[in-house]
Amino acid sequence: MKDELKDLKFKVNGKKIELKVNPKILLLELLREELKLTGTRTGCEVSACGACTVNLDGKAVRACSILAVQVNGHEVVTIEGVADGEKLHPIQEAMVNHGAIECGFCTSGMVMSARALLLENPRATREDIKKAIQGNMCADSGYVKYVEAIEMAAKVIQGK
Amino acid sequence: MKDFSYFAPKTATEALSVLAKLKGEGKIMCGGQSMLVLMKQNMLTPENIVDIKGISELDYIKYSEKEGLRIGALSTHSAVEKSAVVKEKYPALAEMEDNLAVVQTRNWGTIGGNVCHGDPAADPPSIFIVLNAKYKLVGPEGERVVNAEDFYKDYLEVDLAHDELLCEVQVPSLSANTGVAHEKLMAQKGDMGIVGAAVLVTINPSTGVCQDARIVLTNVASTPFRVKSSEKVLIGKVIDEKLLEEAGKIASEEIDPPSDVHGSEEYRRDMARVFVKRVTAKALDRAKQNK
Repeated sequence: MKDELKDLKFKVNGKKIELKVNPKILLLELLREELKLTGTRTGCEVSACGACTVNLDGKAVRACSILAVQVNGHEVVTIEGVADGEKLHPIQEAMVNHGAIECGFCTSGMVMSARALLLENPRATREDIKKAIQGNMCADSGYVKYVEAIEMAAKVIQGK
Repeated sequence: MKDFSYFAPKTATEALSVLAKLKGEGKIMCGGQSMLVLMKQNMLTPENIVDIKGISELDYIKYSEKEGLRIGALSTHSAVEKSAVVKEKYPALAEMEDNLAVVQTRNWGTIGGNVCHGDPAADPPSIFIVLNAKYKLVGPEGERVVNAEDFYKDYLEVDLAHDELLCEVQVPSLSANTGVAHEKLMAQKGDMGIVGAAVLVTINPSTGVCQDARIVLTNVASTPFRVKSSEKVLIGKVIDEKLLEEAGKIASEEIDPPSDVHGSEEYRRDMARVFVKRVTAKALDRAKQNK
């Protein structure tokens, strides 16, 4: 009974996925190890750093703190699903152009938190942005550039 | 993490029948934001997980003047934080949620999961106790409603039988001239409070006399801690700086705080004094404005 695999059907980056998983597998493990979507980072694994942030039904969540089986029927977007083919998303573009990325370890999580924010509110203020990436740690202390880059991306998305 | 069997009922009725069949060996999981941290360290090793996150009938926030606020157990912290009616009628509840962990946790973690986890450092139980909230539970015998205040038995222990499920948090409407506030001591926004306080104050608008006061502290005992002796000092009097100091001092003597890496026992006692004063003053100020 305990080793029984559970059916899991969900969407990742627009693609329908059907597989069987051990119920104790975390969403993070599923993404990285089974689906080889390694852009989502394994950081602290105790819900403290935000490096594993993905979007679940458009909202930022930590993939290290959700059982993979819980996303059954839901839609997940990871960093691999953010760009439009070769064309970077405005958030990615702004982060690259503004020099927000230092070592890059936290970047995919930052992008996913910013994406969720701008999906909900494209007119996000600087304060909204700071709150949205409050749960994303950056060891290089690059927060200011990240905040500025997300502000720039918001302007692009609004067509300004 | 240890292996477990997994059940994902889609209705409350189905969940109850799964729990009954598991005869005490089933552990309910909702958002799992607290539980998974314990499970990864093997501090919690359930044989069976009953995942109720898919029971959408329990995901709602309703308000009426007569019945007050009804929060379905599956409401996420984000839903409570952003709810227009919560912001309007219970702003302190929305403020509390804003300081609860981070966006990612609030987006998946639920109010029901939080209040049933029974962590004495958690914020929602403290504010629900001062708001005189009740928890609606369902079990094989039907419904049971308990006061939030009576729900907490010991560290991570609550008055929820193995075959019961929390469905709803019921918060009564606030009377006029009532103010509520919640604040906690954090090294960084979103941290668990090293010490936290939730306070409700009702005053007589013409005399300014305090008619009711409820003060609950977090992370200072094995359960959320209501400091009734501090409340007694305030009720029936016009609250001034001296009374606030006295209420704070009494609270600091009555609690039994832990000593850990976040703060010594002595430090927590002193911060409890400060937070009783500070948060009561804020609630009082709001009571004066809520005519």
